[in-house]
Amino acid sequence: MSQHVKKDEPALKAVARLLRGLLLGAAFLTPALALAAGPPTAEVNTTGLAVTDTTVTVGQLHSATGTMAISETGSIQAERLAIEQINEAGGILGRKIEIIQEDGASDWPTFAEKARKLLVNDKVAAVFGCWTSASRKAVLPVFEKENGMLYYPTFYEGLEESKNVIYTGQEATQQIIAGLDWLAKNKGAKTFYLIGSDYIWPRTSNKIARKHIENVLKGKVVGEDYFPLGHTQFGSLINKIKLKKPDAVYSIIVGGSNVSWWKQLKAAGVTADKQTILTISVTEDEILGIGGENMVGYYAAMKYFQSLDNENNKKFVEAFKAKYGKDAVIGDVTQAAYLGPWLWKAAVEKAGSFDVDKIAAASPDIELTTAPEGYVKIHKNHHLWSKLRIGEAQADGQYKVLYESELIEPNPFPEGYQ
Amino acid sequence: MNTKLKALWGGYGTVLVLAAVIFILLPLSLDLFRLNLVGKYLTYAFVAVGLVLCWGYGGILSLGQGVFFGLGGYCMAMFLKLEASDPESTKIQSTPGIPDFMDWNQLTELPGFWLPFKSFLFTLFAVPLVPGILAFIIAVAMFKRRVGGVYFAIMTQAFAAVLSILIIGQQGYTGGVNGITDLKTLHGWDIRTDEAKYLLYYINGALLIGVVLLGRFVIGSKFGKLLLALRDREERVRFSGYDVANFKVFIFCLAAMFSAVGGAMFTLQVGFMSPSFVGIVPSIEMVIFTAVGGRMSLVGAVYGSLLVNYGKSYFSETFPELWLFLMGGLFIAVVMLFPNGLAGLSNQWREWRDRRRPKAGGTVTPLTAPPAGATPPPAGKDPLPPVASVGGGR
Amino acid sequence: MDGMTLSEIGSLLVMQGFNGLSFFSVLLLMALGLAIIFGQMGVINMAHGEFLTIGAYTTYLLSVVATDYAPWFMNFYFIAAIFVGFIVAFIVGYLVEWSMIRHLYRRPLDSLLATWGLSLIMQQAFRSTFGPKEVSATLPDWLMGSYAPTDTIDIPLNGLFVMGLTLLLTGAVALLIFRSRWGLHVRATTQNRAMSGAVGIDTAKVDRLTFALGCGIAGVAGAAFTTIGSTGPTSGSLYIVDTFLVVVFGGAQSLLGTIASAFSIAQAQSTLEFFMTGSMAKVLTLLTIIGILMLRPEGLFRMRVRK
Repeated sequence: MSQHVKKDEPALKAVARLLRGLLLGAAFLTPALALAAGPPTAEVNTTGLAVTDTTVTVGQLHSATGTMAISETGSIQAERLAIEQINEAGGILGRKIEIIQEDGASDWPTFAEKARKLLVNDKVAAVFGCWTSASRKAVLPVFEKENGMLYYPTFYEGLEESKNVIYTGQEATQQIIAGLDWLAKNKGAKTFYLIGSDYIWPRTSNKIARKHIENVLKGKVVGEDYFPLGHTQFGSLINKIKLKKPDAVYSIIVGGSNVSWWKQLKAAGVTADKQTILTISVTEDEILGIGGENMVGYYAAMKYFQSLDNENNKKFVEAFKAKYGKDAVIGDVTQAAYLGPWLWKAAVEKAGSFDVDKIAAASPDIELTTAPEGYVKIHKNHHLWSKLRIGEAQADGQYKVLYESELIEPNPFPEGYQ
Repeated sequence: MNTKLKALWGGYGTVLVLAAVIFILLPLSLDLFRLNLVGKYLTYAFVAVGLVLCWGYGGILSLGQGVFFGLGGYCMAMFLKLEASDPESTKIQSTPGIPDFMDWNQLTELPGFWLPFKSFLFTLFAVPLVPGILAFIIAVAMFKRRVGGVYFAIMTQAFAAVLSILIIGQQGYTGGVNGITDLKTLHGWDIRTDEAKYLLYYINGALLIGVVLLGRFVIGSKFGKLLLALRDREERVRFSGYDVANFKVFIFCLAAMFSAVGGAMFTLQVGFMSPSFVGIVPSIEMVIFTAVGGRMSLVGAVYGSLLVNYGKSYFSETFPELWLFLMGGLFIAVVMLFPNGLAGLSNQWREWRDRRRPKAGGTVTPLTAPPAGATPPPAGKDPLPPVASVGGGR
Repeated sequence: MDGMTLSEIGSLLVMQGFNGLSFFSVLLLMALGLAIIFGQMGVINMAHGEFLTIGAYTTYLLSVVATDYAPWFMNFYFIAAIFVGFIVAFIVGYLVEWSMIRHLYRRPLDSLLATWGLSLIMQQAFRSTFGPKEVSATLPDWLMGSYAPTDTIDIPLNGLFVMGLTLLLTGAVALLIFRSRWGLHVRATTQNRAMSGAVGIDTAKVDRLTFALGCGIAGVAGAAFTTIGSTGPTSGSLYIVDTFLVVVFGGAQSLLGTIASAFSIAQAQSTLEFFMTGSMAKVLTLLTIIGILMLRPEGLFRMRVRK
């Protein structure tokens, strides 16, 4: 029966693994090592990571299938592009980067399983991955226990800081406060309507937004509404907004719901000149699904837009399109994911080692002047200093950048906003 | 003597082999990471064993077993989370001493229904009882009114959907879509160490064998025979004076409690619980494990869970682009070609062989007989003599 | 409601009432195909959501063709998309019945599992073909605006459109089932398969066409929903939970039940949403449905079938 066949297989595998281990061990001891281009492996890798004389293995952990594949594909592509470019430029410490890609399948327990596989079995030197907060929460204990290094690209709710994670997206205060200030100053907004999908990021973000509106801007929140993930009917919400007539709507609706929300808004006769809406959850990626014509004139607050006018970004967009086709679009998270491998490279080179502890210690104050979003720097809380920009959606699915803030300090545990 | 031995072997041999596989073969041949994965798969096997009882034998297909698995897991997770949230380690929160996600949702004190979960004893009872009671309520409401078949299946699915939306929506109380994460210790015993993982694996295996034996006992008893009878001819059993609904309620609750134990063991071994288990998708996947292993075979269900999950991990690691095709294809193939799963393969082969040379074998299976374990034909269809044969792996 | 005139409140009531009706037609449209298949053959098609997606992608493809090759077609392609969506989904449904479902009629629970496997395959097929990202069909302007009879009332045109489509389709299905010869066969087969076969009805053909029809209607729904929702590999699954609830709550075997259930769920939810957050509204609606189902597990309406 087939079970018996299956049972024998792992045993054989174990033997094979043992043999391979012995061979590797033997390789360690050979003096041929000195011929390697970079510093000797024993020196840069004291914790048994998957580093050889010529290669270093990293993991990529995103959802290639399931509901989140829509969002995470961009991150997968950007990380691959960055790694390819690093390899072309000679790799890290003389070693080429090799990738093991795992599929989290939009399922949090699967993320935890694959994270453990990457760290324990494959001994990867770093992992670039995760998108949703839930997947990050699921893998965080694994990374802390197995002492791995995760580069997490998504803008998120904050309230977290880990030695084993570098957050390359913005935490909530970076994305929210400057955006609200801009609304108040440029649109004279005094009354706000907060809406979001019902999970931790929108709820925490709106909590921060409410505190800022009430305490700092001295404005008023006239409504706050949450919808289950995947909700498709926004008629009642639109009517409520018409009833309350807020100066601005602050929208954190995510995923497939987003499309329903903007399409139904347009169909209900609401347009950007009648109702100001600022969103922090619609990147160029989402506009693909919404349709640019359905979002014209609304505002988004993010750190990156594809249309940013600087040399770094032009090169990045060009390279991205050359690799993934001229119709490919790049959103905020995609750019943040692109930073991951570069930041890791900088940290490894600064530390002179692949060891996770040394990288974690070396990371603060690392600067990247080649980032498409401009200059970024790692804070000692492992988040990035970054700017906030306001973009106005255009019919072609791009944002026109209207405003750019100063560099904002990341503050994942903001006092007075809890 | 020989026949006696044979009978004994036929009775417990397969269970012994399973025990040997779980306790000796797998731990010896796998590293800790893979073993821990197998431990996770084995927690699904609790659900699959329960499904053999209520689906294979009772003819009740539940597409909401994830609800019970999840509730069992949540009960355990609540206890562990409270232990992990002592005032010392949560002192950066605005309200120390409550779970972190409550603090993020502006809760300032522990909700009442969390309080009893400070007691381990209560938790141990709650793990099977909370899902058991829910199953009882659902089952009584449905079976007393003679709701069954496909309709019951989609009802359970609706329950799964509702419960997962409820859990996700009430994040201040349940942890929302993130679930309850970052569980650390059980009575001060760190469940994340290697030793703990080995120990939990063995506890899990022992419980699973216990559940299989309990299932065998139920099937072997008079009750088991009645169950089969009412699956194939519910009306006749009813006319014979039995209260059919009570049997169904019992077996459904039993299956629910099995699932709950699996859920609790999942939480312990994986270190968190998330609402993604409560929804429709995992519930259906668990039915597939049973179908692959053989819906009439308790032991087969365990192998089925192992095989499908192993396949899932293997395919998704090796062919990330293709694995959904392979999984989908597997589901269809099992249902259409091997309705009795792995455990029924030998029988199926024998049937096929006998059909090929009808003269050689004395017993000719009628060509038109439905496959063993088929659910009864829907109302109005011409009834054929039911085949209540039992799969090989029993 | 400070600062609101009476007429403004009146307008809101009108719009909110319309909103409930349009949600009702959405629910009914998506449940119709499932209800027909289930009512007729006791088979639950778990891949129903993916047949919706077929319709949605068909619309997208046609919109690409229209924008790139035939701009004159832009204003009308959507109507064509609905027909094409129906045909494509109908054909796929026909093939699925022929290759899978018909072998499983004796095992309705198994057909449920097999269609689940099918839905996995279809989702991955969409992903491999169209990419994992969502796409957007450019919709003609006449569909995406609003109709404003007064200054304060805006009636969404896509809502009107879906409503009209639902009305038309439900009417057609009702006619087909209760007035046509084919419908007679369908009903006869539902009530007593053996006898229907005995009097010369080709029950296998009836089944195949019914299944294909149910899938075709899902395709139409999918095409129509591009006006209000997303188009991606898993878009269909956004609707599937609601769809099941509507069918279960309505009492699975009756068209009238499905209509009544879609209506009550839609009205309850859209009214509640107006007074509380969307999440709470959904939870309350679901709990009420569960409560009622506990007391009346057979659903709102139940067709009498000879057992």
